[in-house]
Amino acid sequence: MIEVTGLSKRFGDVQAVEGVSFVAPKGRITGLLGPNGAGKSTTLRILATVLQADQGEVQIDGVDARKDPLEARRRIGVLPHGSSVYGNMTARENIAYYAALQGLTGATAEARIDRVIEQLYLEQIADRRARGFSQGQHIRVSLARCMVHDPSILILDEPTNGLDVLTTRALRHVILERRDAGCCVLFSSHVMQEVAALCDQIVIISRGHVAVTGTVHDIRIATGKDDLEDAFLAAVDLEDTD
Amino acid sequence: MNGFLVVLRKELLEGTREWRALAMTLLVAPLLGPFLFVGITAFTMHQAIDDVAAAIEIPAIGAERTPNLVAHLRQSLIDVDAEAFADQGDQTARHEALRQAVRSGEVAVGIVVAADFAEALAAGRAARVWVVADSSSTRARPEANRVQGALGAWSAMVGGIRLQLRGIHPTAGAPLAVLRDDVSTPSRRAYLLLGIVGYFVLFAVLIGGSQIAVDITAGERERGSLEPLLAMPVMRETLVLAKVLATLVVMTASLAITVTSFAVAVQLLPLGEMGMTANFGMVVAVQIFLLVFPFATMAAALMVAAASLTRSFREAQTYTSIAMIAPTLPVVFAALRPMQDSVPLMLVPALSQHLLLSDILRAEALDPLHIVASVASTAAVAAVLVWLTVRRFRSEKLIL
Repeated sequence: MIEVTGLSKRFGDVQAVEGVSFVAPKGRITGLLGPNGAGKSTTLRILATVLQADQGEVQIDGVDARKDPLEARRRIGVLPHGSSVYGNMTARENIAYYAALQGLTGATAEARIDRVIEQLYLEQIADRRARGFSQGQHIRVSLARCMVHDPSILILDEPTNGLDVLTTRALRHVILERRDAGCCVLFSSHVMQEVAALCDQIVIISRGHVAVTGTVHDIRIATGKDDLEDAFLAAVDLEDTD
Repeated sequence: MNGFLVVLRKELLEGTREWRALAMTLLVAPLLGPFLFVGITAFTMHQAIDDVAAAIEIPAIGAERTPNLVAHLRQSLIDVDAEAFADQGDQTARHEALRQAVRSGEVAVGIVVAADFAEALAAGRAARVWVVADSSSTRARPEANRVQGALGAWSAMVGGIRLQLRGIHPTAGAPLAVLRDDVSTPSRRAYLLLGIVGYFVLFAVLIGGSQIAVDITAGERERGSLEPLLAMPVMRETLVLAKVLATLVVMTASLAITVTSFAVAVQLLPLGEMGMTANFGMVVAVQIFLLVFPFATMAAALMVAAASLTRSFREAQTYTSIAMIAPTLPVVFAALRPMQDSVPLMLVPALSQHLLLSDILRAEALDPLHIVASVASTAAVAAVLVWLTVRRFRSEKLIL
């Protein structure tokens, strides 16, 4: 479970995130929705402990991410936006590197590596160098390596950006499977249909604030719009007129 | 396995996967460099040895006025061409033509015998001979010196005969016997040629690790694999230390190859013929390796620190080229203004290694205090650089 309370982050003159609070429970898929530049990535990078919030608190399964970032990192799998794998190493080596960094060794590590390779349909390319991989193959390897230690929380920043239908479907499959296994999945997107199709709950962020939180149904009611796209725009508008 | 070893092993694995680049950095400068240096040095040495023995021919205007001197020059393997520039007309015009030819480099050296040479010689006045040479030409200097020396010898010989004819012992005209007492040792003389070895070794260390240092810092960041790595449960100082050590491993390989390569290549120099001995066997190679190793540690930390400061691969390459030259500047300064070893100088990394290496190559005893100062100061600078890099890795600026 992720509990975010009053998160604020400033870069120079830009207030990227201001007072963001939400809870992403386990066994649920939480979508972080918002226009480009709304503060989604900054929020997720703070949750992933690669950035430090100016204010606010992040609890990762009850671990304070600021006080004990190493423990928090053991519980999360992070897929940062635009991240890539090592081109000179095979898919398996890339995954094994992260397994080792997460402290997995020996037979346990091997079993976990084989498991994620299977989960993300990487068997065919597992022993090929990542240099020639397609965008979709890259994302699958990235996802496999961030899941290799079987984290209870997955944080995915715009994972479906630029993916073909097949990879998107594989990704959805994995996200749903993880949710059913009791994981807390938090992912960001600016594509409403995708969020609506997958998420159990949605957090709409606009200009660094949380505009609306709730299920798709809740958001439709709160904004008075039936269509999710209209609801999204209305939510962003609400925030703008504040 | 702990995070440090995991990261170190991965960086080295990835480094060896780029084997072409790695081979280039390890083979070109470290392996071939010493042989190239030795090849060029051996060539010039052989040339110098040959030059002393080889017969030369020089233009000699007015040589017909002094067959005696010509015969003496021939004995010194200096043949004269008395007909040179004969088509130019009179003595003055021919002298001018010779000067032009020497200035243009067409002729290395020539002599002009004065028109009144025979009369002056007969009358016991100083007979004039001009040696036409260009003192700014390093190529022509050995020949000019040879001609000058042969003329001086003839002058002394004729002077001696004149004194004897007057019943005076020839030594009366040479009251001073200037003797040269050369205290240099064969190894010290050899150092005149091998002085560049120290600079080369330090440079090979710096070059060796620059590629991998950029790859695993700015390169990792630019390719987008740094951010997910930072979300791994590994302390930032562990990451930095592993990356510095990975760079150090490659630099150490570069150092070992360079020193070994030099030790082998130096045996090919004809030092014995020049009265020199290179103090550069395998034992010395090991000593050099051990003395330069602390510098490699500092260089690895410096390269990683420089490359971590930058936002892109390209920028990192600029920074590391500066980082490659900066440490060797004191060495260049020391080469221009030779200095005596002292503890304060031993506190300057690179310079201290250079001075210690010079001592070893000259087969001189090392002061243990100097070694301690060199190792301690270099290690201290390395530690500061690592600390700065850790700070950089802890800062958010690394990924923003």
